[in-house]
Amino acid sequence: MDEPAGYYCYCFDIFWILKFEKLGFKEFCFKKSLFLFHFGGASCNNCDIEILDCLTPRYDVERFGMQLVGSIRHADVLLVNGSINKKDKPRLLEIYRQAPKPIIVIAIGACGCTGGIFAEGNTFAGPVDKIIPVDAYIPGCPPKPEAILAGIVKLLNK
Amino acid sequence: MSKIIPIGPYHPLQEEPELFKLYCDGEIVKDIKWETGYNHRGIERLSESKTFDQAFFLVERICGICSTSHPFAFANCMDEIAGVEIPDRAKYIRSIIGELERIHSHLLWVGLAGHFLGYNTVFMWAWKYREPILDLFEIITGNRNSYAMFKIGGVRRDIEEHKIPGIQKVLDSFKKKNDLLTGAVMDDPVIHARTKGVGILTKEDIINYAAVGPTARASDVAIDVRKDDPYAAYPLVNWKVITAKGCDVFAKAEVRLLEMYESISIIEQCLDGLKKTKEGDIEVEVREVPAGYGTGHAEAPRGEVFHFVVTNGSNYPVRHKVRAPSYVNIATFKKSCVGQTITDATISLAAVDPCYCCTERMAYAYDYNTRDKILNGEDILKLSHKKTEEIRKKL
Amino acid sequence: MVSIKDIDNIKNYLKGDIIETEIKSATRATVTIKKDALIRAADYLFNKLKLRFIIASALDSKKGFEIYYHFSNDFSGLVANLHVILPKEKPEVESLTGLFEAANWIEREMHEILGINFLGHPNLEKLISEGNWAKGVYPYRN
Repeated sequence: MDEPAGYYCYCFDIFWILKFEKLGFKEFCFKKSLFLFHFGGASCNNCDIEILDCLTPRYDVERFGMQLVGSIRHADVLLVNGSINKKDKPRLLEIYRQAPKPIIVIAIGACGCTGGIFAEGNTFAGPVDKIIPVDAYIPGCPPKPEAILAGIVKLLNK
Repeated sequence: MSKIIPIGPYHPLQEEPELFKLYCDGEIVKDIKWETGYNHRGIERLSESKTFDQAFFLVERICGICSTSHPFAFANCMDEIAGVEIPDRAKYIRSIIGELERIHSHLLWVGLAGHFLGYNTVFMWAWKYREPILDLFEIITGNRNSYAMFKIGGVRRDIEEHKIPGIQKVLDSFKKKNDLLTGAVMDDPVIHARTKGVGILTKEDIINYAAVGPTARASDVAIDVRKDDPYAAYPLVNWKVITAKGCDVFAKAEVRLLEMYESISIIEQCLDGLKKTKEGDIEVEVREVPAGYGTGHAEAPRGEVFHFVVTNGSNYPVRHKVRAPSYVNIATFKKSCVGQTITDATISLAAVDPCYCCTERMAYAYDYNTRDKILNGEDILKLSHKKTEEIRKKL
Repeated sequence: MVSIKDIDNIKNYLKGDIIETEIKSATRATVTIKKDALIRAADYLFNKLKLRFIIASALDSKKGFEIYYHFSNDFSGLVANLHVILPKEKPEVESLTGLFEAANWIEREMHEILGINFLGHPNLEKLISEGNWAKGVYPYRN
């Protein structure tokens, strides 16, 4: 990762947070369809398949215009699940830095919210909110797809 | 010019770091290296701080897709250490849960393999047909994914009489849908062209790498823990082990699709068996676990799961060793991927059905000489879709 | 019975190298051997008796570092364990990768969690823990 570009992104982030938030920029950005990006930490993948289940014909998140994208640069929402490993932590920070602001961060599952059953393990590096700022928590082990959709919609309506 | 292509997912959703590095020369893969550690949660050490009852909840969450197989093997292991024989009704219930999980896991694999090949419709259909099975789980156990049904000496919840006709109805409608899916996958000439002759693992390779599960059965090595060392209700019902001679990706798909029919037949026989046993007789009380050690294994959708527990008379295990089937199956990639093109290598990785939690995925492509990134995960997926399109135009 | 026949064959082949045999049931047995006889025993089990290697488990106990090598006979359902005890001061034993490739990864893992040295292993580097804990720290030691 080349340093100068990263530094400028960081400066822009601070500038954006201080200036644009007040102008209603965020509400404008999230008015229409959202693109979701999923980051899986060290998880058991129950939550991952429930998130994938949202795409499938029964819960069909695409009818709301939401779709899962392959690159963080295109995303409006960052879904994080899994208890974060010592090795995942720098990756998560990097992803958050690369994400175009404004971005909503949602911690999914018991492991994402608090570390769950793996919090006492020897490679645990803190629940998600110790690493990056989180906007919403969706607890459950795993949370049902309806709960995930309800959580995202509730956050948007706020 | 040699390139390193780290490879990973068969869907662009997983963002977890390097799993494989493919060293490529042009289009052909020359070598493969595995780098990992991103999913290590220290479960074996955590298990030493949990009592045996609590350990079942921990063990379930090793893997979400084979969420029953780990407690199954652990329960077999603890029943052996404690020296108990569980009642027949508990055996039938354990087998029903195990087989339902096999169906849902194979459907998941079919969907993902279809998505990777470019057949998004297969992905959507397979996951749509999974939903009634997950509903069944919710009716029987209360949760779609982590069931908490197992305990030492039996099961936690019973399947009541009035639920059985509902289960039977779902299975009947699933049989028809499975016919549709199997026909669509096995008779398609483009899938034949893409998967036959790809990712070959000979019988000698299987024995050398000690591979298990459908990976081994597709190379005509008939190993299946349910037949070799019978446990639960498997010796009480009639069923057969499915093998195939192809040794390639197509054979692995064939084995998985046909196994689903066997699973349906086993569940129906177990439901009949439930009617013969007394309702409520689902556990044997175990007061204490003696000192010693024990081994337990079970057949997960991906192969043999093995647990080894050492006890010392207290309520906590001294050592709990877990071996998931993907641990031995992934090592076979060295044989099946070398010599293939990049796109074929990825479908042969997918065919072994690595369990996400035992494996991690990401896809970037690095240039071997300069270490610059050239391709990322979406590009590799698009390469695969493009190849399918080209084959379709030719046929 | 077929499975007990396997154990009798092992006992006859290894003779003086066996420290203890424990037969728990028709399908579960453990043979404790001296660590110098490990390669001979594993070779006999894998190549002559055609057993499948399941996995190896290592633990740290009062007797030293114990390693159980689990083998399975897929025709009779026997799970036969080879048990080796290594001294705490110098835990090292020969590697089985020369016999079968399946031992490669598990020996790397046992090396990084307990610090056991496997002589003759082609590349004894870290498998699962790179970056998760420091060099020289063996987290599963008691």
